[in-house]
Amino acid sequence: MLQFAIKRLGQSIVLILIVTMITFFLMNLAPGGPSSMMRMDATEEERAAISEQLGLDDPIPIRYGKWLIDAMQGDLGLSLSSGQEVTDRILERFPFTLQLTMWTIVLSIIFGVLFGIISATNRNTWKDHTINFGSVIGLSVPSFWLAIMMILLFSVQLKWLPSSGVGEGSLLDQFKASIMPVVILSTATLPTIVRFTRSSMLEVITQNYIRTSRAKGIKERTVIYSHALRNALIPVISIIGVLIPRLLSGAVIVESVFGWPGMGRLIVEAAQSRDYNLVMGVTVIVTVLVVVCNFIVDIIYSKVDPRVKNMG
Amino acid sequence: MKELLRVENLSVDFQKEKGFIRAIDNISFEVYPGETVCIVGESGSGKSVTSLSIMRLLEYENGKIANGEILFNDQNLVEMSQEQMRQVRGNDISIIFQEPMTALNPVFTIGKQLIESIVSHKHVPKKVAWEQACELLALVGINDVNVRMKQYPHELSGGMRQRVMIAIALACNPKLLIADEPTTALDVTIESQILTLLNDLKNKVHMSIVLITHDMGVAAEVADRIVVMYAGKIVEQGTVYQIFDEPTHPYTKGLLQSIPNESGPREERLYSIKGNIPSLSQLPAGCRFHPRCEYATEQCKKSEPDLVVGNNRKVACWNFERVINDKVEQ
Repeated sequence: MLQFAIKRLGQSIVLILIVTMITFFLMNLAPGGPSSMMRMDATEEERAAISEQLGLDDPIPIRYGKWLIDAMQGDLGLSLSSGQEVTDRILERFPFTLQLTMWTIVLSIIFGVLFGIISATNRNTWKDHTINFGSVIGLSVPSFWLAIMMILLFSVQLKWLPSSGVGEGSLLDQFKASIMPVVILSTATLPTIVRFTRSSMLEVITQNYIRTSRAKGIKERTVIYSHALRNALIPVISIIGVLIPRLLSGAVIVESVFGWPGMGRLIVEAAQSRDYNLVMGVTVIVTVLVVVCNFIVDIIYSKVDPRVKNMG
Repeated sequence: MKELLRVENLSVDFQKEKGFIRAIDNISFEVYPGETVCIVGESGSGKSVTSLSIMRLLEYENGKIANGEILFNDQNLVEMSQEQMRQVRGNDISIIFQEPMTALNPVFTIGKQLIESIVSHKHVPKKVAWEQACELLALVGINDVNVRMKQYPHELSGGMRQRVMIAIALACNPKLLIADEPTTALDVTIESQILTLLNDLKNKVHMSIVLITHDMGVAAEVADRIVVMYAGKIVEQGTVYQIFDEPTHPYTKGLLQSIPNESGPREERLYSIKGNIPSLSQLPAGCRFHPRCEYATEQCKKSEPDLVVGNNRKVACWNFERVINDKVEQ
């Protein structure tokens, strides 16, 4: 276990290095820079002075080196557009994304696994067809369109839910504000989990050990929800491990439509204002999240499947 | 003595893309208490389907009982609901399968899988169930039971897993144990160990065994009576002595001739029945065995022989008298 953790840590450091390096170079290769985002009437001299002050005149590898040394000491620098600490700006946004992610993933797992099982155990019946049809719709309808339609219906027509923001004041307001973003985000994640559960379940219920468990005379419910599901969940866990970091890194479209101050909008803002430090900061955080999620998934994996003992 | 299990005119259909295919056609046989009945035949002759239909596990594999009765202690299993059947399975009738490597659930410990069997039929506390499970493992010849109980199937060898399967099957003292090719996937030394174990257990716990095998050698070792199946039908039935000493069906005779002779010269080619077992969707007219039969006549091509009863045995062949007279030099 310890050996596995150390090996994993080493791999993660290399991964983070590569990701930050690529991001840093790509970002600097893009035209423009923080100075070009200044007021239109700034003179050439003023722009040059800003560039020099921010250390943007150094060659890219040297600037990357400097950034890396600071970052390794936990200092992600100041946001070029607002002057705040990058860490603060991220911490300010992250809880909002976390809130959406948690609700989305909890709903998607509960209903995704449930629908997947219903679909598999009622193969080729109307239940299965309905769930499959719903999954295809959910996966193929673009989220921006669905978001706008929901706003038109629930905010404009019915006036039940706020069309944007995180909800002021009471918990109920906050809850109401998060309903639509969570539903929209779930339309992409839920069908994924449904389909993985269904196909995995279909494969598992033809296995010999399922026949054995029936032959033992245990209840059909136990056969499906204990013997079959435990095995069928193994591949589903890995897909959840992919979905969580994707959600945590922010949903750009959904957050933009609903004016939700999360990570997705933060990274768009950062890129548009050529806020190099902020982009790098978000990149590092997202990469670390992916690594951590994968690590957790591997641990859960070894708990669910006893055959995975020799991790790594 | 009254029979424990009586299969009466059983026919089984399987759903295929182009409708139903009859996998078992009108078979009847009995099993008496304390007896070992072997069902023998090539792959595809319907042996396993027979065992799955007795357990009523067919429904989960696209099969259905089209006709007939399965009387177990005078109760007709065919008419039972799946819930009623659930109480019979693992309790009165148990089954072990031919694939010990995949028949145990990989994510649960041996102990859990054994205890689950016990507590689903008996109302005993977990602790008692644990002790009973340990006793069962010891009964099937497994050492270090306390260690084994906590192990997962992948930590055990094939022979061990089959022993665990037998322990699970015996959990509730069944009256009938169906063993569907229990040794096919195991190597020869393990095979004889498992067969000896089954024989010992039968005497210890007073149960009947239906052993399904394609191996006449295995049948010779353990059977009291033998049922020979071919392409979904019973072609011959009799005691082990009748079948081995005086086979009356050409197919049985062929199977016996296919057993390698230990003392014969090595250069001699092993006898094999010519041709292959027909696909169930393309059964020949008349007797199903006639295209492969040395004794086939015009009558065999036209009409199917019925099982003829005589001298406490049954045979379905038009020419059984010729087969008897044509003594095999064994």
